[in-house]
Amino acid sequence: MPFLNDLFVNLSSWIHGFLAHFLPLWAADLVMMLFTIACLIAFAVTTIIFINWLERKVIGRIQDRYGPNRVGPLGILQCVADMIKMLTKEDITPAQADRLIFNLAPVMVVVPTFMVLAVIPFGRGMVAADLNVGFLYIMAVSSLTTIAILLAGWGSRNKYSLLGGVRVVAQMMSYEIPMVLSALGAIMLTGSLSMVSIVAGQSRVPFILLQPLGFLIYLTSAVAEVNRAPFDLPEAESEIIAGYHTEYSGIKYAMFLLAEYVNAFIVSAIAATLFLGGWQGPLLPSYIWFFLKAYAIYFVLMWLRGTLPRLRIDQLMGLAWRFLVPLALVNLLVMGLVITLTQRKGLFSLVLVSLVANGLIVAAVVIIYAFAIWRRRQVKVTT
Amino acid sequence: MLSDYAFLGLLLIAAILFPLAAMFMAFLIRPKKPDPTKQSTYECGLETIGETWVRFRVQYYIYALVFVIFDIETVFLYPWAVAYNQLGLFALVEMFIFLGVLVGGLLYAWRKGVLEWF
Repeated sequence: MPFLNDLFVNLSSWIHGFLAHFLPLWAADLVMMLFTIACLIAFAVTTIIFINWLERKVIGRIQDRYGPNRVGPLGILQCVADMIKMLTKEDITPAQADRLIFNLAPVMVVVPTFMVLAVIPFGRGMVAADLNVGFLYIMAVSSLTTIAILLAGWGSRNKYSLLGGVRVVAQMMSYEIPMVLSALGAIMLTGSLSMVSIVAGQSRVPFILLQPLGFLIYLTSAVAEVNRAPFDLPEAESEIIAGYHTEYSGIKYAMFLLAEYVNAFIVSAIAATLFLGGWQGPLLPSYIWFFLKAYAIYFVLMWLRGTLPRLRIDQLMGLAWRFLVPLALVNLLVMGLVITLTQRKGLFSLVLVSLVANGLIVAAVVIIYAFAIWRRRQVKVTT
Repeated sequence: MLSDYAFLGLLLIAAILFPLAAMFMAFLIRPKKPDPTKQSTYECGLETIGETWVRFRVQYYIYALVFVIFDIETVFLYPWAVAYNQLGLFALVEMFIFLGVLVGGLLYAWRKGVLEWF
């Protein structure tokens, strides 16, 4: 069992030792870095193949149909067939398009996806770069996706693409704020921005027990941040054809698809790291625990996509600014208060007080909403 | 730590090369039969009318302004959150005041109808 627990770490140190025999140390380090990069990119590509198949299967089941089941056993080779199709498909660039921006966008949308993968701890010791500013780095890099998508919408010179592009900007920047604010709780509890330290800080209790409300705010805004249903207005078929990627075909479209699915997996992985204790768990090897947790959250994302109807744009913006941002601010202050009050009181009281405080916030929200509805009815009666 | 950033630099290069390589590979094997109708702007079969790059509504800019304020605020909140356990009660009170000012701004924008989408 200990052999399986640290399988990948041992493998990497063994290869490094092997290389150090006949290469100078810096060259061995360099080769290891290139090897890690190759692993990350291969991981991203296999993730999209697997996740795309899984999602189509699960959504199919939710909608009472089979999903892909023709190519390979259980249709698992469907995505391979799709990839071959996308590679060999003719590339259509609209004559009107701004060619430089049009071609730059699919490249730029993939880059932040790979960059973020570097700081995610996949298991014990399995992190490509343990930055001490880990979470800040994730937020900074992943917000570059917004610019890439706006470039795609602008460069296509299509009215629907442009609409999709500006919608993406409005949506992603609105939901970035509650996302960041809800993640601050985990950072306050560990006192570090490094993803590895955040996981280590959850050795006794996963942070979801201390801040269930923060977890829900994070999950909601993460779904919006990666433009998935029910927040998929930037690519709403019934309104704006396919949004920002209307004009893209072939391999360029595949790049948008890759970024979208891998980003959805990445936000699930970050949620698992920040709130569910990352790779920590009993019995099974650490990386298996990590993937179990990440895919559990990804399953919730698929479930939401399969069951909820799309929001309207005013509802979308209202949800961010009038509900999630104030709620996240209140949650942050209450979290600070709870931590200060229960300092040096032990873990049990921290969990208890946090749960009670979260319950009080939810009760306050319900009362405020009930009051607002009641007042609206009163106004209607009097006028 | 420095080697971590070197790694990120290498990863950046690889991440730019990967889509370029994929696009180049597709360029080698895909058919190419351009056609004016095929390359026209896609609007469900209709001819596109008028200029595409129009001015869009002012609402987006107002949201962008509110976003910038809150984004800077979150940047200020990060060091606060990291050092929270060492600062104690002082940090809590200070952050109450800081966030209070911002919530006041949000409420003002709300009352002014900035957050309405119409």
